[in-house]
Amino acid sequence: MAAEGHSPMEQFKIEPLIPIHIGGTDISYSNSALFMTFAVIATALLFWGATRHRTMVPGRLQATAEMLYEFVAGMVKENTGVEGMKYFPFVFTLFMFILFGNIFGLMPYGFTFTSHIVVTAAMAVFIFICVTIIGFARHGLHFFSLFVPPGAPLGIAIVLAPLELFSYLIRPVSMSLRLFANMLAGHVLLKVLAGFIISLGVVFGVVPFLAVFGVTLLEIMVAVIQAYVFALLTCIYLNDAIHLH
Amino acid sequence: MPQFDPSTFASQLFWLFVMFVALYWVVSKIAVPRIGEVLEQRARVIQDDLDRATQLKAETDAAVAAYDKAMAEARNQAYEHMRVIQADMKAVADKRTADITAQVNKQIGEAETRIAAAKQTAMDSLKTVAAETARDVVAKLAGLSPDTGAVEQAVASALKETR
Repeated sequence: MAAEGHSPMEQFKIEPLIPIHIGGTDISYSNSALFMTFAVIATALLFWGATRHRTMVPGRLQATAEMLYEFVAGMVKENTGVEGMKYFPFVFTLFMFILFGNIFGLMPYGFTFTSHIVVTAAMAVFIFICVTIIGFARHGLHFFSLFVPPGAPLGIAIVLAPLELFSYLIRPVSMSLRLFANMLAGHVLLKVLAGFIISLGVVFGVVPFLAVFGVTLLEIMVAVIQAYVFALLTCIYLNDAIHLH
Repeated sequence: MPQFDPSTFASQLFWLFVMFVALYWVVSKIAVPRIGEVLEQRARVIQDDLDRATQLKAETDAAVAAYDKAMAEARNQAYEHMRVIQADMKAVADKRTADITAQVNKQIGEAETRIAAAKQTAMDSLKTVAAETARDVVAKLAGLSPDTGAVEQAVASALKETR
């Protein structure tokens, strides 16, 4: 890379804003934490503002909030049934957190906390642990039947069970990598293309400029889709824990 | 890559936990109950409206049925009235027709009697005239003066034959 400030990885740097050290552990309030705070405040403002004057015929803000609510509620109900609706607040939180994290990350000078593997992995592992606990709490040792495909002959089941177990254990990895890689790749691509605008100058820079324009639209789409996918996978895993197959 | 710098992990995880818990509180204590309430209320209002619409429709149907029934009854009554009146009128008309027919028949009978009497008179006078004519003809042509009784008898028999 030519200059230190132009590295496409520079945008992912964690910058401590308020240094906090407790017992030798650095838990400084960083730009990552700042954008998490933005996601919380934005969600809070959206739902507080939308439900301030609750009306029978919703206004724009209320309609937006209701749309988000019904979208996630529909997803939870469709994938986990009525029993899964008690986890709806959690899935809704997850969806709003990742959605706003992804979208605010696309703003100029923004920071995308979902582009950090430690954040996505923490969420995925938390979901994995919760799902496993729910599964054992509901079904006891019978939860292991999740790894035996229904209706499979014993010989095939013996072969398939380790595969099923492996695919179950790999879930947090695939889940966290999917979100992390999507965010990382999109932002690197944008940064690299934007770098070409500067190096190609005003005349030829138009080409990468249009590319950045298009990729930005694509990234907005990816931001929404990845939030949806993360929430949807959570629902599917919850369904496995609640209903086994 | 800053993503693999372990020195930032603790702070990221700490703030992720704090913010996620904060957001969970916002969502579960503000967003979900409030929006859930609005949606439920709306669903209830819509259901109430639908129920009322169904009820009103049932009432309308009942009113229409009552109207149809009243209409049919009125029509039947009107038919009945018309039938009775027609029957009365027919009876009156028949009676009058019968009266007039009887009267006419009586008059016809009287007239026939009168005609028969007139005819008899005419026939009787014809017999006399014929007998006198016959006698006069015989007297003029043959110069005889036949007995009146014989001529009358002859004329009568002749009339009987020609008749």
